[in-house]
Amino acid sequence: MRTFDLSIPLDLTAALAPDISLMLGAMVLLLWAAWGRESIARQRAVGAASMLLCALVAGMVLFFMWTDSTVGPGPVAMDGFRWTADLILLLATFATIALSMDYNERERITSAESHVLLLLATSGMMVLVSARDLIIVFLGIEIMSVAVYVLAGMNRRSDRAAEGSLKYFLLGAFSTCFLLYGIALVYGATGTTNLTEIGGRVAAAGATNPLLLIGMALLVVGFGFKVAAVPFHMWAPDVYEGAPTPITAYMAAAVKAAAFASFLRVWMEAFPDVFVQWHYALWWLAAVTMVAGNLIALAQKNIKRMLAYSSIAHAGYILVAVLARGNLGSSAFLFYAFAYTLATFGAFAVVVVLSGRGDRYLRIDDYAGLWTVRPWLAGSMAVFMLALLGFPIFGGIGFFAKWYMLQAALDSITPLARLSVILVLTSVVSAGYYLYVVMVMFMRPVSRPDSDPQPVGRLTRWVIAAAAVLILAFGIFPDPVVRLTRSSVIVPIDR
Amino acid sequence: MLAEALALSAALFTIGVVGVLIRRNAIIIFMCVELMLNAVNLSFVALSRYYGADGQVFVFFVMTVAAAEAAVGLAIIISIFRHRQSVNLQNINLLRG
Repeated sequence: MRTFDLSIPLDLTAALAPDISLMLGAMVLLLWAAWGRESIARQRAVGAASMLLCALVAGMVLFFMWTDSTVGPGPVAMDGFRWTADLILLLATFATIALSMDYNERERITSAESHVLLLLATSGMMVLVSARDLIIVFLGIEIMSVAVYVLAGMNRRSDRAAEGSLKYFLLGAFSTCFLLYGIALVYGATGTTNLTEIGGRVAAAGATNPLLLIGMALLVVGFGFKVAAVPFHMWAPDVYEGAPTPITAYMAAAVKAAAFASFLRVWMEAFPDVFVQWHYALWWLAAVTMVAGNLIALAQKNIKRMLAYSSIAHAGYILVAVLARGNLGSSAFLFYAFAYTLATFGAFAVVVVLSGRGDRYLRIDDYAGLWTVRPWLAGSMAVFMLALLGFPIFGGIGFFAKWYMLQAALDSITPLARLSVILVLTSVVSAGYYLYVVMVMFMRPVSRPDSDPQPVGRLTRWVIAAAAVLILAFGIFPDPVVRLTRSSVIVPIDR
Repeated sequence: MLAEALALSAALFTIGVVGVLIRRNAIIIFMCVELMLNAVNLSFVALSRYYGADGQVFVFFVMTVAAAEAAVGLAIIISIFRHRQSVNLQNINLLRG
């Protein structure tokens, strides 16, 4: 066990070692990617190197986790929450790069820098989950977002991708302004941007200062946009539909998880003592997000739009963890993020396979009779849908994710009984669209004119198989994940 | 002095928000976003008179980030111009949902 003193520059560098190595590695890879002719082979080589870099950084994170390092007061945190969130983000990035390599080859996207941009976005996310200072939160969000704006428009031949990327950019920049204004007002009310110090000053002065309350409201708006909570969700379906499918999975899983992790940390370290003031706002945000996300998802015909609205609904479920507060909330969030990441990547990998060249087949009805043509693919997709639904046994870990979320909501210091009822009821509603996909695959006759199986890239096949096996295996033996997430809590500095 | 500066910053921020919501040209929307960022910068500078130089340092962070965002944003606007020969959002309809 080692305690890092962040006032010493070398210790600060060491505390950020995984993030900095990922950035440096990404820059080296960027040079390599830019150094020659664009080709499929180079795209694949850079992709493979990027996956290797992800694995190395994950090893570094595991080392810090294993040595149980702690940190003194300062702008970054070192606790189990940060490391576990890092691992989930790196897992998501690893899967995205694997999917992108096959997807880019099929869509003839030869630009190798798409993988490097993913690494840069991930480094921003890692900074974000470690941030214990509002300005670092801002920097992390921007490093992440600027890279993801580009990634959303990576397919330059596609009209929809350009439109989605423009929407994402304009609304993303718009929401960042709210976040930043919130930071400025909180700074104005408390005189500091360090979360620990804000917490101390807010506890001493109480929430009487209108600047602080307006600042917190603006922070909620800023985070609400990033996690696509209703009513700040309107960009999500269009952007998710337009972006290349692997990037959509990345946005749905990783961007959301990183923004939520930071949201949790800011709220638990800086504003735990003004719970009464923000409780109702977040309560309604969670309730409206769950209800609206699930109801609109029912009406979708396009699988990517359906999954977009489903991800909005899942943002609502995760908001319950923010409201549950404390260690229960943060470990329920990490468990949920892990389960959701696995299921999302599995589902989007199947979408990548079935959409075919040029993304022609994206309607849910195109999946009719998949069971008779490709039983394994249909079976895995069924597992992913049931996992997103939270179905017992066949939905594997997805069931436990919902279970722990409910447990956190009911066991928290202020039990959230009514919100739990809404969570359960909206989950029942979500069966309407998740089971519809399963029904179409297993019970309808084949409808596609060219129903001959599309060739599947080897990496995509691996992502699908690994996601399905992990979901089912952890569904039977959830103990390792439970133990990891239980021990990964946010450890605030003593004030 | 602080109250006036914060009020001016809030007014500029609001003008930016209204501009983003009612204008339909991507470049002008982007300019309104920049106006919002600079309104926040004004707040930071005003507050730094009371809390020390921190606020002024934040302004440099924000300016750097805004420059990076502008580079990416203009590139995205160019890419949509190549597809549509226009940067008007009339038929893109941002808030469709």
